[in-house]
Amino acid sequence: MCATCGCSGSTILEDHEHGHEHGHEHGPGHSHPETRTVTLEQAVLARNDGLAEINRKWLAERGILAVNLMSSPGAGKTTLLERTIRELGAELRVSVVEGDQETVLDADRIRATGAPAVQINTGSGCHLDAQMLAGGLQTLDPPDNSVVLIENVGNLVCPALFDLGEQARVVITSVTEGAEKPRKYPQMFRAADLVLLNKTDLLPYVDFDVDSFLEGARRANPGVEVLQLSATTGDGIDGWYGWLRARLP
Amino acid sequence: MHEMAITQSVIQAVCERMGDAPVQRVCLEIGTLSGVVADSVRFCFDLVTAGTTLEGASLEIIQPTGRARCRDCGAEFELNDLLVLCECGSANRELLAGEELKIREVEVLV
Repeated sequence: MCATCGCSGSTILEDHEHGHEHGHEHGPGHSHPETRTVTLEQAVLARNDGLAEINRKWLAERGILAVNLMSSPGAGKTTLLERTIRELGAELRVSVVEGDQETVLDADRIRATGAPAVQINTGSGCHLDAQMLAGGLQTLDPPDNSVVLIENVGNLVCPALFDLGEQARVVITSVTEGAEKPRKYPQMFRAADLVLLNKTDLLPYVDFDVDSFLEGARRANPGVEVLQLSATTGDGIDGWYGWLRARLP
Repeated sequence: MHEMAITQSVIQAVCERMGDAPVQRVCLEIGTLSGVVADSVRFCFDLVTAGTTLEGASLEIIQPTGRARCRDCGAEFELNDLLVLCECGSANRELLAGEELKIREVEVLV
């Protein structure tokens, strides 16, 4: 649309040589710029998706299983990783990519278990993306036929949109957060290949309706597998280990 | 807020495709089930385009509504959120529309 006179029409407008068929007169002092409309039909996240495919190929060539762990802050991702590495690290040769806005606290916790870890600080960013993971993998240099666990930024919204090139996505919720999480954040649960319900040792002390949680998860992602466990006590942890082993290349 | 990163991806993609041509208009499709808030993208657009070939461009956003087909009974239905079940009670549905997140077209100065 012409910002001066408001006329509209074809996308290529001559410099007002169009004889004013559109039924009004222009003053002499302006002209329409010539423009061209280009159809792109391009995914907004095409660049990230392309980088994610490169990561996926890089991982597959090395026989590395990469799992993207996503949750709200405080759901127990790092505690789950610590236990998994202590009990399974030698068998699976686990290394970790840690994503947080600030600090290297989580990477320090992981290194204390003996596993290699690289910390990615996203600054104001609320999620990891494929380029960040590529950088993390270059630094980490995980061995062939190993497992890379990616702890995404604690956030139940943004990480769901960004493919990293991982083979599987795991969403973790703790019973202290409330059973309505799948209904409030269906995008995240829809993106999950596995849902872990953590801190089940606290169920006697909190008002958490497990059936309601499972129904919410089913609505957001029909057929998604849900495992209940406590990363602190180890109750139910074997289901998680079995799931991981079953996905090894 | 991932809309900032989303909007930056739009600018980056348009600049890569259109080179130095000054951009007058950008038309996006952001489905209502895409997980991206169109108003937030509008808010970010002016900030992110400053100093680029898109500075001053108008932004159009088309928002396709959600549609799904039930895998159990075959019915097609509209849905405004991802928790809506089919009338038959099934959650097992295939999304047909609503997840769009793409750059449909741009208008550039010749």
